[in-house]
Amino acid sequence: MIVTNASADQTRPSLLHALATERRVIFALLMREALTRYGRHNIGFLWLFVEPMIFTVGVTALWSLTKTVHGSNIPITAFALTGYSSVLLWRNMPGRCINAVYPNLPLLYHRNVRVLDIFIARLLLEFMGATMSFMLLGVLFHMIGWMDAPEDLLEVVGGWLILAWFGMALALFLGALSMRSELVEKLWHPLSYLVFPLSGAAFMVEALPRAAQDYVLLLPMVHGVEIVREGYFGSYAHAHYDVAYVVAIAVTLTFFALLQIRTVATLVVIE
Amino acid sequence: MIRVRDITKTYPVRGGQRTILDAISFDLAPGRKLGVLGRNGAGKSTLIRIISGAERANTGHVERGMSVSWPLAFSGAFQTSLTGRDNVRFISRIYHSDFERNILAVDDFAELGAYLDEPVRTYSSGMRARLAFAISMIIEFDCFLIDEIGAVGDVRFAQKCEYELFQKRSDRAMIIVSHDAAYVRDHCDHFAVLHDGQMHFHDDFEDAYALFKDLIGWTPAPAATPS
Repeated sequence: MIVTNASADQTRPSLLHALATERRVIFALLMREALTRYGRHNIGFLWLFVEPMIFTVGVTALWSLTKTVHGSNIPITAFALTGYSSVLLWRNMPGRCINAVYPNLPLLYHRNVRVLDIFIARLLLEFMGATMSFMLLGVLFHMIGWMDAPEDLLEVVGGWLILAWFGMALALFLGALSMRSELVEKLWHPLSYLVFPLSGAAFMVEALPRAAQDYVLLLPMVHGVEIVREGYFGSYAHAHYDVAYVVAIAVTLTFFALLQIRTVATLVVIE
Repeated sequence: MIRVRDITKTYPVRGGQRTILDAISFDLAPGRKLGVLGRNGAGKSTLIRIISGAERANTGHVERGMSVSWPLAFSGAFQTSLTGRDNVRFISRIYHSDFERNILAVDDFAELGAYLDEPVRTYSSGMRARLAFAISMIIEFDCFLIDEIGAVGDVRFAQKCEYELFQKRSDRAMIIVSHDAAYVRDHCDHFAVLHDGQMHFHDDFEDAYALFKDLIGWTPAPAATPS
């Protein structure tokens, strides 16, 4: 359909106006999503980051107790925190976007609400949860002396954002595909579990045999975790990564995801 | 003015595509009220959704020269785990409208009392209908799209709806789709019958109704004559 843009109420809306609408819609969806997920009972919104914190603390405790071999002299607590927080970022985002549209179909009755908005609202929420969990635990562990402050905070932020970008692009792509086939949901679960041990959460690339390093570095999230760890531990992390590679993958994935969303949006039948 | 031009919509069905709307075109001037009759499944709701912009047509386009509502219906698009108040807040945010004013209006119209702060899932169907209608009335539009908003709820509610929509807002344009011919007759000033993807327009209700009856008419198969 040719969308005549004069359509939106009388005049062609300016870009600024359109952005303001977009911001409002996404905020409304985000608040609605948060309320639906966490409700008003007990700690409500706090679950947003308390839930990932519980996960991370649990994994940190397990790895510390079992003294998981990670092949570096990074303290195990810090190693687990950076590793598992990163996993939350790339693994939960697709989980939240797959089949996200169906329960929200009635919202599409409102012209300003688009399929992409529903995804973005969920992704922002997920990003906020994972980030707050990572930050709070980082500060907490530092205060009680389990780990040092990051050597290069900016690099940690950079690595974290790259991971988030990759996670979001993957989530958008799989979310859109899931509107075409339920196979996406069925396959993502096993796949995400299988990729987890390879994702760099539980090892440093440096510790792997030379031959394995090249293969593992095919996975974009490995680069992200390595950057985060280099930012945190600097000199003694010996990180292996290629920013250009991850960015190239993220850009490509984002492009195809948006294309896919555009296509499936025309296929959506509201009830 | 709303200009609908060559709207065609097909849905995939087993073994091919079914054409629901076949190159439909018409104009709706400000303040005019179009009633669309059609049997179940004729594509009335699809037409409304496409005009509202909620759904895309395969080809053709809609020019909205005035503000157009979302398709109003009593089923309502609620997240049932949220409260009535949450739903009002959501709509207010999306349409950039004053929540404090809206919640008062909804409270006054829907008469939900304490239920306004309970999850919608605890509402009776009548209460949901009241909430849905009240929410539909908090945002003002030049044109309202109304999908089967006929007989739901008790008499008091029906009278209030009648007053809010057709008396207070009698200057607005409307498109009403329904299979309830009397409802359409009482509220519209021109008519169309939607059948087999085509719209047949009539200024006179009786003409439209005659065609509608003709199209949906059912006569029992003649009994076998004894030989």
